[in-house]
Amino acid sequence: MLGLGILKGFMETGRNFCGSYYDPERLTTVQYPEERLEPQANARTIPFLIYDGSDPIGGLRCTACTICEQECPAHCIEIVKDTAKKPDYLGKMQLHPKVFDIDTAVCMECGICAEVCPFDSIKMDQVFERAGSHRRLTLHKDDLSKSNEYYNKIHPAEAAAVDAARAEEQKKAQARKAAAAVPATP
Amino acid sequence: MNAPPPPLAPTGRSQTAGDLLEVSMGPHHPSTHGVFRMNVVLDGETVVKLTPVFGYLHRNHEKIAEKNSYLGSIPYTDRLDYICSMTNNWAYVLSVEKLAGIAVPERAEYIRVIVGEMTRLFNHACLAGFLLQDMGALGTPLMYAFREREKILDLFEALSGSRMMCNYMRFGGCRCDLPEGWPEKAARIGAGFESFLDEFEALLTGNEILRARSEGVGVLPRELAVNSGVTGPGLRASGVNYDIRKVDKYGIYDRFKFRVPLGERGDVFDRYMVRILEMRESLMILNQALHDLPDGAIIDPKVRLRNLRPKAGEAYGRIESPKGELGFYLISDGGPIPYRYRVRPPSLINLTVLEDMCMGHTIADVVIILGSIDIVLGEVDR
Repeated sequence: MLGLGILKGFMETGRNFCGSYYDPERLTTVQYPEERLEPQANARTIPFLIYDGSDPIGGLRCTACTICEQECPAHCIEIVKDTAKKPDYLGKMQLHPKVFDIDTAVCMECGICAEVCPFDSIKMDQVFERAGSHRRLTLHKDDLSKSNEYYNKIHPAEAAAVDAARAEEQKKAQARKAAAAVPATP
Repeated sequence: MNAPPPPLAPTGRSQTAGDLLEVSMGPHHPSTHGVFRMNVVLDGETVVKLTPVFGYLHRNHEKIAEKNSYLGSIPYTDRLDYICSMTNNWAYVLSVEKLAGIAVPERAEYIRVIVGEMTRLFNHACLAGFLLQDMGALGTPLMYAFREREKILDLFEALSGSRMMCNYMRFGGCRCDLPEGWPEKAARIGAGFESFLDEFEALLTGNEILRARSEGVGVLPRELAVNSGVTGPGLRASGVNYDIRKVDKYGIYDRFKFRVPLGERGDVFDRYMVRILEMRESLMILNQALHDLPDGAIIDPKVRLRNLRPKAGEAYGRIESPKGELGFYLISDGGPIPYRYRVRPPSLINLTVLEDMCMGHTIADVVIILGSIDIVLGEVDR
């Protein structure tokens, strides 16, 4: 019968309409900004730099090795190395960045910088409400610097693994140092 | 007295005369699925000539990739066909793996099949939604399709960190392992998709308006489809049994049982129906892959992601992306960046038969014929 298909279709839309009052499967709209979804543990937006301790600039893990600068597909990272060296968590003398800029207008949030960083220094943030009345789209070192506690809060599992690996390395380095400090028996 | 000025020369390059009307459809036309323009010559309402104009979204994809490392091109491939980032990743890493001779662990192969088939599911569902929107069913089918797509995108976000620009696959495997409980969630959403498809078909397939609008419209003859290099559901709707998953058996596709749905007439309705049936087959592959998913490494630990320097040579890797044959042709000169990088985009090549399909139909049919080809302008223009 002509029109039967249309009637069947109307029944479907009717079912969906009625379902939208009680069935959570069909009630999918989230009333943002009043309601918010918890971000997924893996979610990523722009990168940030991690610091240890309490000094956001002095405690940066970044050693200005420029691997992320070279690997960034959009070339949005700019690093200028400082000339002075400081000891890192293993006691090795390392350079530090004098300038670390990320042009977030260019950054495509792919996460390759975090993937290639050998010092676990650059990680992916979860802030997404970055609109503002300013034009400051290039983020500098002090904007990017965030604490390790923050990292632990947004990516708990990943951060715990990183912290454990770093603690292990530190222990090994200390053991090596202690072994070197003991003078060989004459 | 001054002589009267000579008549002005006609402006523009219109080649039409008499009753014919030249209409420029797009680039900002809602039915063109992006920035795509068609110069349509109309006789009354009937199309007598159609010239596609593209390039509005050209972003120098290939040239950028020839300046980036092999790793750095993966996020750019997400942005080719921005609906199906996972399959784009897959095609690219497949050709790099061919070029550099990298083996992929079993588990990674299974995960690739799972995410690839999920991509096919929501791409086809959205295509059906968009097609119906082009026919005038504003909103409803598209919203239902998007509701299901969101569920799969949530899964992708839990897996890769991003909903659409996944950047998930790496040569030699995948970037990270599945989060806890992910396969169970995926199986649940797969089962939910089955009932969604039943609902979708009850809503659409029997609908008299859809059938009247799409049957016999935009017929693509078998010979023309083969000769012009059309691939994907558009080719199979014309009755050609050609699916790269069956022909090439790339990855581990020889382990799964699935059928290749074929159309008879090659009209818009067949192209719609082939996609609906393909979704059902994709669900079957998805269930088999989730069932057989082995444990093990996710990526070959020996593979160098940074500073990969494949031996000088060339490779062409291709997969059956939801839109057709997506291939990447790479030439290496032994250096850390590809010497030549070329994409074989299915959307662009499927678009070349647009004029032949539209000829003699009305302008309202042009919209749904274009919709049934399934183009994404990010891939057409690159």
